[in-house]
Amino acid sequence: MTNPKSELTRERTRSAWLFLAPTLVVLALVAGWPLGRTIWFSFTDASLDSIGDSTYKLVGLSNYFGEYGVFNFAAPEGFWQTDWGMAIQNTFKFSLVSVVLETVLGVVFALVLNAEFKGRALVRAAVLVPWAIPTIVSAKMWAWIMHDQFGVLNAMLRSAGIIDHNIAWTADPAYALWSVVLVDVWKTTPFMALLTLAALQMLPRDCYEAAHVDGIHPVKVFFKVTLPLIWPALMVAVIFRLLDALRVFDIIYVMTSNSVATISMSGFVRREIVDNNYVGYGSAASTVLFLIIGACTLLYLKLSRVDLGGKK
Amino acid sequence: MNTLWKHMAAGLSIGVAALSAHAGVTITVSCGTVGQDFEFCKKATDEWSKKTGNTVKHLTIPQSTSDILGLFRQMFAAKSTDVDVISVDVVWPGTIKAHLLDLGPYSKGAEKEHFPAIVSNNTVDGKLLAMPWFTDAGVLYYRKDLLAKYGEKPPTTWDELTATAKKVMDGERKAGNADMQGYVFQAKAYEGLSCNSLEWISSYGGGAIVDATGKVTVNNPQAAKALTTAAGWIGTIAPTGVLNYGEEDARGVFQKGNSVFMRNWPYAWSLSQGADSPVKDKVGVVALPKGDDGKSAATLGGWQLSVVKYSKHPTEAADLVMYLSSAAVQKDRAIRGSYNPTIPALYKDPEVLKASPFFGTLYDTFTNAVPRPATVTGAKYNEVSAAFWNASHDVLSGGAKADESLKKLEAKINAIRRGPNW
Repeated sequence: MTNPKSELTRERTRSAWLFLAPTLVVLALVAGWPLGRTIWFSFTDASLDSIGDSTYKLVGLSNYFGEYGVFNFAAPEGFWQTDWGMAIQNTFKFSLVSVVLETVLGVVFALVLNAEFKGRALVRAAVLVPWAIPTIVSAKMWAWIMHDQFGVLNAMLRSAGIIDHNIAWTADPAYALWSVVLVDVWKTTPFMALLTLAALQMLPRDCYEAAHVDGIHPVKVFFKVTLPLIWPALMVAVIFRLLDALRVFDIIYVMTSNSVATISMSGFVRREIVDNNYVGYGSAASTVLFLIIGACTLLYLKLSRVDLGGKK
Repeated sequence: MNTLWKHMAAGLSIGVAALSAHAGVTITVSCGTVGQDFEFCKKATDEWSKKTGNTVKHLTIPQSTSDILGLFRQMFAAKSTDVDVISVDVVWPGTIKAHLLDLGPYSKGAEKEHFPAIVSNNTVDGKLLAMPWFTDAGVLYYRKDLLAKYGEKPPTTWDELTATAKKVMDGERKAGNADMQGYVFQAKAYEGLSCNSLEWISSYGGGAIVDATGKVTVNNPQAAKALTTAAGWIGTIAPTGVLNYGEEDARGVFQKGNSVFMRNWPYAWSLSQGADSPVKDKVGVVALPKGDDGKSAATLGGWQLSVVKYSKHPTEAADLVMYLSSAAVQKDRAIRGSYNPTIPALYKDPEVLKASPFFGTLYDTFTNAVPRPATVTGAKYNEVSAAFWNASHDVLSGGAKADESLKKLEAKINAIRRGPNW
């Protein structure tokens, strides 16, 4: 009934599971358990005081929908003006703009670093510095650089005659979110550049030699040869960045505090759980954030047809 | 079986405690981080260590009170034994009552020396959860030299403050100091803004957000007028950056000599008189201005000391709290750090009055300060305050008109209350 091939396959499957088991157990413990607990809390009225002695009770979907849920579509000021609605808007604005800028700049940087020139190793190392600094440190550093009274940015712009009065970069709602985007771009462009550079270095040289011989304009070469070849790698980098950007918390929190004008979805979750003691409600927001990120990833994979398994 | 284990564990820990009490235990303390809080706390705990043979470790905490509360709440949820003694903001006892030790059995009546209003604030459900450490109220700092130069007097109304600040600021800017500001205060989206806004609203006769019966009163014309006035300062006499200023940011600008007025707590006084301060001997302190026909209002602040319920050494920890809140330590802190004592007798002490003369002249301000609606809103105070500071921030930053913002705030606080009672 069974042929020897499938016997072998089954044997292989068994050992595969055996080897995977420790990883799966660890994953279940460090990822599955907290995730499951968060989803469970989102159906309860848990608070920081009641999770310790399990005195919370089930409240169904009321943390999600209705007057006291995250999706309060009947809110008098309109859903998009609620704190959660604002958080969603802020997060998406931040993510889209910063990821687009980082990708474009990253490719430009990578092209420069890919060229042969003297001191290239040094420049490559130098470019990585912003990425190496912990976010909390760079955020605080930039908060000082952008300080309206003592900040060096205002001093420089003023002495250059570009502005005539100090701008409150992180305090004025018109600038705050974009200041944060600027710092994020500064910090994360090296990451994009590095991934793009790795892809560039894998490219076959003969295409370029052929293009050179045929006398094709470098810009055309970039769009017709380079970009299609590095596209898959670039898309993977963009996904990583997008996932990272959608759960942004630290940079916004450090630079602009708890203001609803710039609060991100993660910031909202933290505020509800830690500051306001609503573990249940915050967990619901956290679960929605998880679902939104998951949906974005699926949509993105579908649209860009990137095969993360590498079977293409 | 389970209980047997518990008994054995309890017996063991008592044994360990007895053993270590003999050798001196280690108590972990979290003091404040604003201004000289840490240095002064360290000095006093060193003295206590020397006296008792115990060791004191200091836990570093964030600067913003909102962040400190968040940190403590996480530690409490884990029943952490990492900290024994914590500093507690005047609005917290109701919020974190479940995690604090009743100091009644340890105080031996020492709390009777302190202001009764603060002691009753710290007493929840009949338990003394915290000892008063220093009290606070918002005050107005001004530059004596600059006001004299322009022939102005310290303002008594907000309109006077606006006019004087504008006049002096414009004059000084023309004279060459382009960075001169008229007024700096705390308008970052955090608890400090709630304190500032409450002062404006209360001084215009706009009430205290939520009244003693639990009714939301913040949506009224006087409150709107107060917030509109304050919004008018942003970008005119106050830098737009105040929208992201906490206490220390404001002090940085003022103490550098770049502002005519500053709203801050009394702690900034001794720092402004330090040897390295550019404004030494140029600073005066008065009560905050009032609205047109209202009266001056200062938000009640101040910090208490509590022992965390999960502490392994409650007796030693309580002893440390009693030492830190004693008259001797409070006197030292009042003289050299301008921290307001919580013991009325110290306001008549000549040494204290010599160091901080305004303690005497502003005695009424300190004893009649306006409390934030923490008692009535209980565990939900922080959320109410966050709604309030965000609504104020919205108005100050020009994102909304005061009356619209207050209307929205009223609905929001009612939603936070979730029903007729708090």
